[in-house]
Amino acid sequence: MIEIKNLHASVNGKEILKGINLTVNAGEVHAIMGPNGSGKSTLAQVLSGHPAYQVTQGEVLFEGENLLDMEPEKRAHAGVFLAFQYPVEIPGVSNSYFLKAGLNEIRKSRGQEELDSMQFLKLLKEKMKVVEMDPSFINRPVNEGFSGGEKKRNEILQMAVLEPKLAILDETDSGLDIDALKIVSSGVNKLKSPKNATIVVTHYQRLLNYIVPDVVHVLVNGRIVKSGGKDLAMELEANGYDFIREEMLQNA
Amino acid sequence: MSETIEELVSQEYKYGFTTNIETDTIPPGLNEDVVRVISKKKNEPEWLTEWRLKAFRVWKTMEEPRWPNLKYAKIDYQSISYYSAPKQTKKLNSLDEVDPILLETYEKLGISLTEQKRLTGVAVDAVFDSVSVATTFKETLKEKGIIFCSFSEAVQEHPELVKKYLGSVVPYADNYFAALNSAVFSDGSFCFIPKGVRCPMELSTYFRINASNTGQFERTLIIAEEGAYVSYLEGCTAPMRDENQLHAAVVELVALDNAEVKYSTVQNWYAGDKDGKGGIYNFVTKRGKCAGVNSKISWTQVETGSAITWKYPSVILLGDNSIGEFYSVAVVNNRQDADTGTKMHHIGKNTRSTIVSKGISAGRGNNTYRGLVNIGKNATNSRNYTQCDSMLIGNKCSANTFPYIEVKNSSSSVEHEASTSKIGEDQIFYCKQRGINTENAISMIINGFAKEVFKNLPMEFAVEAQKLLGISLEGSVG
Repeated sequence: MIEIKNLHASVNGKEILKGINLTVNAGEVHAIMGPNGSGKSTLAQVLSGHPAYQVTQGEVLFEGENLLDMEPEKRAHAGVFLAFQYPVEIPGVSNSYFLKAGLNEIRKSRGQEELDSMQFLKLLKEKMKVVEMDPSFINRPVNEGFSGGEKKRNEILQMAVLEPKLAILDETDSGLDIDALKIVSSGVNKLKSPKNATIVVTHYQRLLNYIVPDVVHVLVNGRIVKSGGKDLAMELEANGYDFIREEMLQNA
Repeated sequence: MSETIEELVSQEYKYGFTTNIETDTIPPGLNEDVVRVISKKKNEPEWLTEWRLKAFRVWKTMEEPRWPNLKYAKIDYQSISYYSAPKQTKKLNSLDEVDPILLETYEKLGISLTEQKRLTGVAVDAVFDSVSVATTFKETLKEKGIIFCSFSEAVQEHPELVKKYLGSVVPYADNYFAALNSAVFSDGSFCFIPKGVRCPMELSTYFRINASNTGQFERTLIIAEEGAYVSYLEGCTAPMRDENQLHAAVVELVALDNAEVKYSTVQNWYAGDKDGKGGIYNFVTKRGKCAGVNSKISWTQVETGSAITWKYPSVILLGDNSIGEFYSVAVVNNRQDADTGTKMHHIGKNTRSTIVSKGISAGRGNNTYRGLVNIGKNATNSRNYTQCDSMLIGNKCSANTFPYIEVKNSSSSVEHEASTSKIGEDQIFYCKQRGINTENAISMIINGFAKEVFKNLPMEFAVEAQKLLGISLEGSVG
């Protein structure tokens, strides 16, 4: 589904990603773990096209297409979704209006008919059940006045409505209490299918108890230094990131 | 990305055309004779001529205000022509007799003066330069006792009402521009809603400046008697010209016991080009008087045009329990300057006022909110709520807020909230990540920002206002 080859990216002239190679196939869940400042969130932002980051080298193919050439909205149309670490507030714009506009743009780009208000509302209500969200959120302004947990849940709701092919979850577990974590994870799991893929970016192993990855990658200083099965995450949890650093030093 | 933002906010001015029509224009210059000529052309009674002259004499002793946060070239009042009217040989008896060129002009502006279009449900008074060219639905309204006509006609047909109310809210010596207007005002709209009548349709005036080197000085007077209700709309456009043109209007509203007047404006005078050349100087005095108990006056304005805007629609809350409201969206772009806001004078007991001001600045625009909330010592248990929000687009524009608050009794309360925000790259990116392109994202963000004001506009105007900002109507779900 997505093939990342030797990806380098920088922000304000400072190189953050220093040659990422990663392939994710349909039906797979990949976890990207790593210490603070290793470039995990940068990778998520670069894949979705945030203008603050410059790609200096490498390529990314999404279903064979050059992803890096596309504007962020075109990437969304193609099926890339980013669940933001810090969801943005848009005062005065209702959640449903926002989401309907997004969904219809995506549908339009695929030659599908746009949903009218009634059809959309029906869909939205169904999806809200998946993430156990109160219907009062339909008309509240996007993320405004939401608690940290509500914002994260709202991200997963958007994911449920937009049905992306590739979902990138950027620190979706941060700021969630255990109940919210369970709800969000179960939402993500319900949306999993053999046709879509998920990249979970996280600092802690905790989330991976609920969203079980097929592959775990460890990102340190802008490079993937180790990949393995879900046990790797347990190992990291037990030993911290230092053991990876030590391994690297020994190999050097 | 900033280019897209600018393109969007600075959509081409669609109303910049000129109508070629023969006019009766007096030569530039201002003195007592010019005032007399205007009065004579309008066949006015002597008391009105005298009133104008008194205003002119006061004006001569006054100085143009320099306190606003506005930059503009000094106005040469002697180079302006104070009267211009499309030539018409005889008195019009019906709309069919209106010069087709004028009808066509208004059609182009999207204003239908033909009464067949009854579905629109809006009665229109069309003011072209200095005079009113047509008023629709006059007869329908007359059946209910409502008077809706041009100001000149009101002077002829209802002099007692004009005499009673003219200057009762904005006296001729009120301020520099109001005094100028009182001396040379040419036309405008007059509305009178008798006791207990709820006006069945929206009344509206459409102001069009056409002639060059002229000023437009219209005067509007709206009176709602006991228990009456009226919703009034005002729209304005002007051709694109390289020189600046002066517009100095006065609007007076009177609400007696239990009456309500709702006044909405979509101001889209030509704003000048991107370098600040040309555009209208808009110096307007608008004030309402809640003269009776439980009366209510509400101003809603969407200000997108004019090179310079100086405007503070205000309410005098005289009657006990009366209510004043001010909802404003002011947009400045390129080199536009706006200094706008409101004054709420609380005099009666238990009076309430609400102020919601949304300023949007783009390009090199400079947007200032200036407001006064004055709660007198007898205005016990009065309340004011003020909210002033500014939004900046790009980094060359500015926004300022100057709230003045005076409270002279201890049982009243005043609340003031203010915020400044920037359309952030993060907001736009968030929308784009959900599939929405930059243009629509900005529309959506601006629309959300101005929503509280738009929802107070009558439907037809809300649509126009949103279009003006390049905003598609938000079809809210559920």
